[in-house]
Amino acid sequence: MTDGILPAPVAALLDVALVSELTVVDGSGRPVTYPLIPLYDGTHIFMTSAVLFSRKLRHIKANPRVSVALTDPVGVPAEPFARATIQGDARVVEDDLHAGWEELLPLWRAKEPVIDSFVKKRFGIPLFFERSIIEIRPVRVQYWPAGDTSVAPQVFELTGAGR
Amino acid sequence: MTALAPVEAVTRAEGFDHVVVSFVGADGYPASVAGEFTCEPHAATITVGPIDPASLPVDGTEVCLTVSHIRPQPGIGYDERRYVNLWGPAHVDGRILSVTVEQASGWDEADVPFFEYAERSVPVAHDYFSDVGARPHLSRWWTFFLATRLPFLTATIVPIALGGAVAAYDDAFSLGWWLLALVAGCAVHLGLNIANDLFDDASGADAANTTPTPFSGGSRVMQYGLVRRRSLVWACAACYAVAIGVGVFLAAARGWELLALGVVGVVLSLAYTAPPLRLVHRGLGEPVTAAGFGPIMTLGAYFVCAEQWSGPAFYASLPVAILIALVLYVNQIPDRLGDAAVGKRTLIVRWPARRVQIAYAAAAVLTFVLIAAGPALDITPWWTLVALVTVPMARSVYQGICANYDQPYALMPAMQTNIGLHLFTGLLLVAGYVVAALV
Repeated sequence: MTDGILPAPVAALLDVALVSELTVVDGSGRPVTYPLIPLYDGTHIFMTSAVLFSRKLRHIKANPRVSVALTDPVGVPAEPFARATIQGDARVVEDDLHAGWEELLPLWRAKEPVIDSFVKKRFGIPLFFERSIIEIRPVRVQYWPAGDTSVAPQVFELTGAGR
Repeated sequence: MTALAPVEAVTRAEGFDHVVVSFVGADGYPASVAGEFTCEPHAATITVGPIDPASLPVDGTEVCLTVSHIRPQPGIGYDERRYVNLWGPAHVDGRILSVTVEQASGWDEADVPFFEYAERSVPVAHDYFSDVGARPHLSRWWTFFLATRLPFLTATIVPIALGGAVAAYDDAFSLGWWLLALVAGCAVHLGLNIANDLFDDASGADAANTTPTPFSGGSRVMQYGLVRRRSLVWACAACYAVAIGVGVFLAAARGWELLALGVVGVVLSLAYTAPPLRLVHRGLGEPVTAAGFGPIMTLGAYFVCAEQWSGPAFYASLPVAILIALVLYVNQIPDRLGDAAVGKRTLIVRWPARRVQIAYAAAAVLTFVLIAAGPALDITPWWTLVALVTVPMARSVYQGICANYDQPYALMPAMQTNIGLHLFTGLLLVAGYVVAALV
């Protein structure tokens, strides 16, 4: 399990999560949700977005407040299953779209080993591998043991985390 | 994401296991909570709960409901990817939240395959590059590989190898001259591939094609912003300059008759997509391709070795000519909507599906009849009958284009087999001639 700023059970969910729901706020103040694979290094949650699907990046640059939900028993194959929502402040790292995101490959590979074979074939779909990094500093966590959201979640305030 | 009507979106949502409710909280952060849900499609309404009341938004808040599904496939990635976002004002009653959906969007890879989804999103990528002042990048080698569509050089190598093999059978093979013919043939082929992209880009055919595959839809290096148009024009001109230069040298050295063949080849390669003739737009792409990558290349290679023309070499080139035309023919199936949109009226655009399929079968049968008849008519050596072993490949391609005519990505195996059919049949003909020359 990745040690770090998040409560251990939440870090355990992130470590196995193949999909999460990233929610951003669009220009009209409306929430918009995107399924994405989350990566966690103990301090920040990272996601990557291909330039092909970059509307979310524009939204984040205009309003950095986001949430990451872990909700799907198939996409989050944790034992025991639980659910969590992590709220945080996001930053888009876009200074090297071609190779900058590759620094996340070790985290990505640990969760999805097949990524290496995709990267080797990047010439086949080159714009999919021009990617920005979404770096999220968690500020608050809601955690529902056993995934039961009919009861109040445990809430963890992480003020100052990741700074 | 594709916009969905509220009723359709709620109907689609019915098949998912849980829903994620997201809203912007009083502190400005989005909040999300998952729950069980029921759908009333006719009313475009979704009801979620029971959920901890403190985790729900206040009544009237606009929420985004998200249903999503993936199926992890170890060693492959994921499939069955689909999700729907539905928006509307929340009606909260204790532990229950209901939303009458006002707007929705989503993606289901069963409806829009991932590669098509990505292709439709190319304008979004360009907007983003423009915003951040960046350009997409690929190594020089891969850019060259893509821009020239290098793997398709097999279409040139096979007929030129065949010309050399027939010359060897006639005891007239000359490695040095044959290699020069190969250089000229490859150069003109790479040049025409680039020219094809330039003219398809100018006509809008490639931009209109949202279902390109590795075998069709052009190299797309311009559509993706990997190469500037001007660079491709120079690369195209350089390829043709090499081809013409080597061709003129060969004609001077081996016989000026060769020049006529070369001129026809160069003119056809340019007239294929270039105005004013634009032969492929007139449904003449197949015969032009057959001529260029069949008799012209085979006879040219034979001539530079033997310094004379050959009827048997012409006959030997016919199966290869038909099969390379069939490569173009099948590869145009996924392109047909984009081609039709810009007036590129290929045979595939002109004909109904069944006629396209029957014509493929007829042409494939003719190919193998020619191979079988060659030795019987004492035109080709008996050893060339070994090329008949590829009949099952042709049958497989026919079955593929019948089963997946309207599914570009499911058609890819048939397209790949069809390219293999040309390559292996051609190489087996070459092998037949070489063995016959040796025994």
